[in-house]
Amino acid sequence: MNTIWALAGVVIKEMYRRKDFYVLFVLTALITIAAGMVNFFHDPKIVRYVKDICMLLIWISALLIAIVTTARQIPAERESRTIFPLLAKPVTRGQFILGKFFGCWLATGIALLVFYVFFAIITGSREQHWPWLTYLQAIWLQWAMLAVVIALSLCGSIISAAPSSTTTICFIAVAGILLVGGHLNTVALHQSQPLQTIFYTIYFLIPHLEWFDIRDRVIYDWGLVNWLDCVLATLYAAAYTGLFLLLTWLGFRRKSLNT
Amino acid sequence: MSAIVQTQKLRVEYRSHELRQATKVALGSLDLEVNVGEVFGFLGPNGAGKTTAINVLLGFVPPTRGAAYLFGIDVRQPIARQRIGYLPEMTYYYKFLTAEELLRFYARIFGLPRAEADKRIDQLLKLVELEQARKRPIKSYSKGMQQRVGLAQALINNPDLLILDEPTSGLDPLGRMKVREIIQRLKNEGKTVFFSSHELGEVETVCDRVAIINQGELKATGRVSDLVAQHQANLEKAFLDIIGYQTQSAS
Repeated sequence: MNTIWALAGVVIKEMYRRKDFYVLFVLTALITIAAGMVNFFHDPKIVRYVKDICMLLIWISALLIAIVTTARQIPAERESRTIFPLLAKPVTRGQFILGKFFGCWLATGIALLVFYVFFAIITGSREQHWPWLTYLQAIWLQWAMLAVVIALSLCGSIISAAPSSTTTICFIAVAGILLVGGHLNTVALHQSQPLQTIFYTIYFLIPHLEWFDIRDRVIYDWGLVNWLDCVLATLYAAAYTGLFLLLTWLGFRRKSLNT
Repeated sequence: MSAIVQTQKLRVEYRSHELRQATKVALGSLDLEVNVGEVFGFLGPNGAGKTTAINVLLGFVPPTRGAAYLFGIDVRQPIARQRIGYLPEMTYYYKFLTAEELLRFYARIFGLPRAEADKRIDQLLKLVELEQARKRPIKSYSKGMQQRVGLAQALINNPDLLILDEPTSGLDPLGRMKVREIIQRLKNEGKTVFFSSHELGEVETVCDRVAIINQGELKATGRVSDLVAQHQANLEKAFLDIIGYQTQSAS
């Protein structure tokens, strides 16, 4: 485990020494503060719009951080040749992948926490109301969802050596799942064979990332999600994360690395 | 003497994914033994298979046939790399880390306790003369400084075997001298050093034994003094004779 945490530590250091996170945070903060200062039509519930915008920005920023950070990990290690002195040490390829995964996941979790603290301060200062448990559930579920996204991106980075193409493909796949993944079964109902089978197969194969999105509960104060559902969602995310990490390891373990 | 590095009929083929491209044999059937405490030079022209052999020893490339062992352990087992240090030809490290952070990271990988790691980092930074720059990010280092960080990371676990791939490549004369001094020092400490180099003068100075390979085949192996005596010339001339290169004056 020591090796895995050492590898993860380097990924976290890389994140806070690069500018990506700070740029996204400043942009989110500026847009949210600007939106919060405008009082349209003297609507007393204007804070909901601010919450909506802020949550959307947090989701986009977190996805960007997760995918961009992960997609470049292995290709950058190979391109900069840092992988050679590393794997010349008693590090297995499995430890290498797990270290990268946990590093990206923890780094994204730290970024997510900063975003949510900002969100809580901004909305709490307007509403004088801090539903901490709802925030906790929202962070946890979003972080669990990001574990799947990170494992998927890591898997993609084994297949494609270019971080830019991995980033684009993963972002399209994740956005597609979030936007239409939940409706594929309805679409399948209106199709003839073999399209119906194809749509159903995709519907049952893809990880349903949209199930982790409880933004509306946070924005409209709908209360807590059943804790059992949270546990099941976590297990669901863990299963897909494990599957993608296994595929990554299978693809990477026999790969020749030529110096 | 017991062999610390051993290859048995080691063969490596690179299969091309393109149609009509022949399989490239990088190593034919390499039998090599490096004994404890010796400085062993691994020589050959570009494309001879030196780096491929090192890649197999480090577990980067799986052998097509044959086997390779470090300390008697199959190189496919990560534990075989517990007591080695490796310095690649081109040294690139995490540029956002400082030298101290980089060494601490590698120390953690070897599972060194904190106090021992601190002591070792201080010793190594002093050895490679980077004490003043220890808190500076590696991205601000010159090429020579980066090579010295590389040497420090290769020594972090106090290895019994050091594998160096062209360790003086791209270094100025002062840097080369420093690397030679460190190799000599390690030899005096009883460490085994296995290194590939094109600098035959350097090899002649520091190596006990050498192996010369060409086109993936072992052409000669033995003590430097024996090879020189056998060919009645310096190591460079002996090397050229062994690989079958005819100089203009000779032809």
